[in-house]
Amino acid sequence: MSEAVVWLTIFVLSVFVGIEVISKVSSTLHTPLMSGANAIHGIILLGAILVTGTTDNNVALVVGLVAIVLAAVNMVGGFVVTDRMLQMFTRKKPKAAAAPASSDGGAA
Amino acid sequence: MTPTWVQLTYLACAVCFILALKGLSGPKTARIGNIIGAVAAVVAVIIPFLYLDLKHVPLILVAIAIGTAGGVLGAQRVQMTQMPQMVALFNGVGGGAAALVALLELRELVPVQDSVNWFVIVATAFTIAVGSISFAGSIVTFAKLQELMTSRPVVFPGLRYVFPIALATTLVLSVRLVIESHVWLGVVLCLVGLLIGLLLVLPVGGADVPIVISLLNAFTGLTVAAGGYVLSNVVLLVAGTLVGASGTFLTLLMAKAMGRSVANILFGALKGGSTLGAGVASDRPVKSAGPEDVAILLGYADRVIIVPGYGLAVAQAQHTLRELVDVLIARGTKVDYAIHPVAGRMPGHMNVLLAEAQVPYEQLIEMDHINGEFKHTDVVLVVGANDVVNPAAKTTPGAPIYGMPILNADEAQQIVFMKRSMRPGFAGIENELLFDPKTTLLFGDAKDSLGKLLNSVKAL
Repeated sequence: MSEAVVWLTIFVLSVFVGIEVISKVSSTLHTPLMSGANAIHGIILLGAILVTGTTDNNVALVVGLVAIVLAAVNMVGGFVVTDRMLQMFTRKKPKAAAAPASSDGGAA
Repeated sequence: MTPTWVQLTYLACAVCFILALKGLSGPKTARIGNIIGAVAAVVAVIIPFLYLDLKHVPLILVAIAIGTAGGVLGAQRVQMTQMPQMVALFNGVGGGAAALVALLELRELVPVQDSVNWFVIVATAFTIAVGSISFAGSIVTFAKLQELMTSRPVVFPGLRYVFPIALATTLVLSVRLVIESHVWLGVVLCLVGLLIGLLLVLPVGGADVPIVISLLNAFTGLTVAAGGYVLSNVVLLVAGTLVGASGTFLTLLMAKAMGRSVANILFGALKGGSTLGAGVASDRPVKSAGPEDVAILLGYADRVIIVPGYGLAVAQAQHTLRELVDVLIARGTKVDYAIHPVAGRMPGHMNVLLAEAQVPYEQLIEMDHINGEFKHTDVVLVVGANDVVNPAAKTTPGAPIYGMPILNADEAQQIVFMKRSMRPGFAGIENELLFDPKTTLLFGDAKDSLGKLLNSVKAL
């Protein structure tokens, strides 16, 4: 297999995985899911670090540093804000479902 | 050649992102899923420092620190009501970062163009263009939701010509890039992308904006995937593709929940004024009452359903509402909250807002489960919601919300609307239900009115 075909294979399989993992999600969680997916694409930070760390040109360095700042805002902010939303969904558990919560033994 | 341990660690990170998304699809596993994703992201970002001899490391670390501080501050300060625009903003900066990374990569590719597969250049052009579209589009959605500009569709004459021209220009520039790479072509591509982003989102208004946020989220995912191909980095490829695919799917789900097609949302305003609502208050007569009268209605009802909306959350009246519901339940009334899937500003947003106010989960009933009950309900109390109970969704084919499933509040014996004014809701159209003989309006700020209502019910 040529390298391009390998990449294409990974791409196509990832498409199916992406659709499969969220296909049954209820609308209750659409907002956190969107926010969580948003945080994951913040991984472009890795790409930004790679291109910035290998350049000798000053203009490119500045552009790269800007990209790093933006990507870090996306990634870190995305994960933190998603966690804040999800906290609200877990907080009511001990109140609303005290009995089942105690039976699944420290899973939290 | 990348060391094997690095490739294996990247693979593990990619698997963690799959687990993260899978976790986010259910309420029990969502938080741990998010944490797994965050840990994988941190690990993936640390790796290049360990095996590569990177230049400018101190500057890079400072840039990461600045971005991290900005992200954390923004994420912690944002109110739950402002969540949709925060997601839009984070998405936008991600798209912008992807476009800049691709521009820098193009700079590297130019001198060695002859030895590079043409498809790599196409992927680079794609990332630059779509990343810029996502950046500009997201900034516009942010401005709309933050009310820095009108949230209504903005259409100007000639838009329907400018847009295809901009798209064609993108295509021509991409082909030119493949034939003869120049960095300036990439820069022009970036500018055209910004223009397309503006043109794409300006004509979208009201309740359609969150769906566009989801679509742009998917766009950014795809640019990250393309960036992964260009940089030969499997984590970027897998993570970006996951987000692109799931984001596209989520966009279709959301559009379906509102009874709209994505094409209609994006280009509906171009075809005519169909998504332009009235946007002004009507002067038709309505029946309004004071808190005491509404208290009597509620206090002597056997069955009450509350329809909460964004207006409730904005007024921070959730706690007062919960107190009122507690008093009613203590009086022997059966009370539930009817939750429309798109109540709030985004699907699931209302659940987040009420969860913040610690409304008991078992009182929140989803639309499909409560819609049959309205006809046996004495009083429906609509607090700060409008579009989700608007019968125009069923009866008026031209209306922007036509086809959206709604809560059947119109079937109840009595309908009470708590509203600030007669101004139409987010979708910008008038609600016929307001003029129904069964409907009573209680004007005022939701928190203030609910407080008075609470006292009156207690005094019964």
